[in-house]
Amino acid sequence: MGLTELTITQAHAGLVKKEFSALELCQAYLDKIEKENEKIFAFLTVVKNSALSQAKKIDEMISQKREIPLLAGIPCAIKDVILVEGIRCTAGSKILENYIAPYDATVIKKLKEQNAVILGKTNLDEFAMGSSTENSAFGPTKNPHDLTRVPGGSSGGSAAAAAGNLCVYALGTDTGGSIRQPASFCGVVGLKPTYGAVSRYGLMAFASSLDQIGPITKTVEDAKIVFEAISGKDPLDSTSVESKIENCKLKSKKVPSSPPSLRRSVIENLRIGVPKEYFIKGMEPEVEKIIKKAIKKYEEMGAKIEEISLPHTEYALPCYYIIAPSEASANLARYDGIKYGLSVSKGKDLLDVYLKSREEGFGAEVRRRIMLGTYALSAGYYEAYYLRAQKVRTLIKNDFEKTFEKVDAIFTPVSPTPAFKLGEKIGDPLTMYLSDIFTVSVNLVGLPAISFPCGKVGKLPVGLQIIGKPFEEEKILAIGKILEVDELRSSSPFANARVKS
Amino acid sequence: MITKKEVQHVAKLARLGLTEKEVKRFQKELSSILNYIEKLKEVDISKVEPTSHSITRALAKGGDEASASSTEVENVMREDKSQKSKVKSQKLLELAPETKDGYLKVKSIL
Repeated sequence: MGLTELTITQAHAGLVKKEFSALELCQAYLDKIEKENEKIFAFLTVVKNSALSQAKKIDEMISQKREIPLLAGIPCAIKDVILVEGIRCTAGSKILENYIAPYDATVIKKLKEQNAVILGKTNLDEFAMGSSTENSAFGPTKNPHDLTRVPGGSSGGSAAAAAGNLCVYALGTDTGGSIRQPASFCGVVGLKPTYGAVSRYGLMAFASSLDQIGPITKTVEDAKIVFEAISGKDPLDSTSVESKIENCKLKSKKVPSSPPSLRRSVIENLRIGVPKEYFIKGMEPEVEKIIKKAIKKYEEMGAKIEEISLPHTEYALPCYYIIAPSEASANLARYDGIKYGLSVSKGKDLLDVYLKSREEGFGAEVRRRIMLGTYALSAGYYEAYYLRAQKVRTLIKNDFEKTFEKVDAIFTPVSPTPAFKLGEKIGDPLTMYLSDIFTVSVNLVGLPAISFPCGKVGKLPVGLQIIGKPFEEEKILAIGKILEVDELRSSSPFANARVKS
Repeated sequence: MITKKEVQHVAKLARLGLTEKEVKRFQKELSSILNYIEKLKEVDISKVEPTSHSITRALAKGGDEASASSTEVENVMREDKSQKSKVKSQKLLELAPETKDGYLKVKSIL
C-alpha cells in the first residue's frame, strides 16, 4: 500500500516501527498534492516548508526513541475558515484573500501539541455557506470519484482532500451539514460533534449557535482519534463543555479490530430508530435502497430497529434558513474594510468604505444570506421570523428528546441524492438549500452525528447518518465501526485500509 | 413580493452596497426564500419557549434532568482581573488597511 493510502493508525504504526520516516510521509503527500491539486482543487494554500520542517522534528523525536503521540507526524489538512498562525486564512472569500491569521485556533493548538503536520488549508463555500463548494471565490473543488461532480459542501475541500488521498485526515466545520454531506458525497467518514464538545475559538463564526468543528477521516477509528484530540472545554469559548459521559461499552482502545463476541454484546442492547419523515418523495431510489440495506445489516446483527416519528422534520429547513442567516448577518458585520481584509476607500466617507468593501468583497450567496438575515432581524419582522423560528426549534428539539427515551441512535440518509453535477444547482438557491434537508435538524438540536460510507450508486458514494444523544460521540462511532468492519466495507473506497486497521 | 424599497432599506441596514441589477434580483430571490419560510406559520407555537442554545447544562451532565428546562443557559463569568493579550497589538494593526500612530485610521463620518 502506498504511503498516501494509510489511515492514522497505520501511519502512526509505520512511523514508530521506522518503516518510513515522517519526512518521507510528508513528502509523499506534498508530491501527490503537487500532481493532483490542479484537477481536484482541494487546497487553497499549501505550506510545504513548514510541513517539512515539522516532519523533520518528528523524525528527531523518533530517533531519540521518544514516545510520540498518535497524531505526531501525520499529515493533515485544515478547512480555510480555521485560523493557523502565520498562514493565510481566506474563508473562501475575496474579502479575506490576503488575510494572515494572527493566532492559532484552539483546535490547531491542540493538534500542534500532538505534533501534527499541517499540509495546508482547504477550499470551501465562501464563509462555509453552501452545499457544493461552488461558492468559493477561488473556484470549485471537484469530487475525486467523478471530476464532473461536486464534492459537497461547505467542507468540500477537506472531504475531497481526504477522499483523494491528499492528506490522512482533515478538519471541517458543520453548521447545517457541512461536514456530513461532503463526507457522504466523497465516501469518507465525517463527524459533527455535539454543540460545545469542540472549542470554536479561532473559527470564523458563521452561525454561532450551530457551528461545530469536526474531523473528516478515512475510518471511524481515525475520526475518534481526531475527535479526542480536539475536544474539551476551553476558557476561550464560553459555550464549550467538558463531557465526561462514559457512553459506550465497546471501548476497544487496545483492540483496534474488536473480537466478534464483544461486537455482539453491543449490538444486542442497541435500539435504532428510523424516522419515517426521512424517507420522502424526491429521494433517489438507489440511495434509499442502500440506506435500507445498511439498516437491515444492523438488524441481522441483533440490533432492534424501530420506526419512529420526528413530526416537525419538515419545518427544520425553513427554521434553519431563518436562524443561520440571522446569526450570519450579525457575525459578518465585522468584515467592514476597517480592521482587516479588503478595503475599498474610493468613496467620500466612512459609510462608502463599508458599502463598497462589502459589495466587492462578498460573493452572491453570502450577500443573499446577509440580506435574508438582516431582513428577518429588522424592526417589525423579528417576532414573525427569528422568534418564531426559535420556538419551532424548541419543538424540533422536543421531537428528538422524546425519541431518545426509546432509542439509542437514529439512522437516516445524509442526503437525498449522491454527488450532483457541477453547475446543476448553483443557479437556484432554494434547490441548493434542499440538499441539506436531512442534516440541519441535528445542528438546530446540537446533537452529534456521523456520516459514513455504506454503499455506492455507480461510482458515487452514499453515506449513512447516525445521530446520537448529546455527548455520545463515542457511542455513534462505535456503532459505525460495527458496519465498517462488516462486509459492506467492500463498497468503500478505503476497503483495504479498513480491513487492515 | 417584497418591494424595491424594502430591498434597498435592508441593504442599507446591512451596509451592503448593491447595484441596480442586484436590487431586482434580490427582490425575486428573497421573495422566493421568504415564501418557502412562510411554512413555519403552520406550526402552533402559542405555548412554546424559544431555544437559542441547543445544549443545556442538564443535558450535558447526562440527560437525566433534560426535561427540567430546555432553555437554561449558564452565564460564564471570570474574575475581574486584567489579562495580558495573547496576541500583540502590533500584529493586529499590521492587518489593518490604514493606521496612524498605533490607531486604525478611518474616513470622516459626516
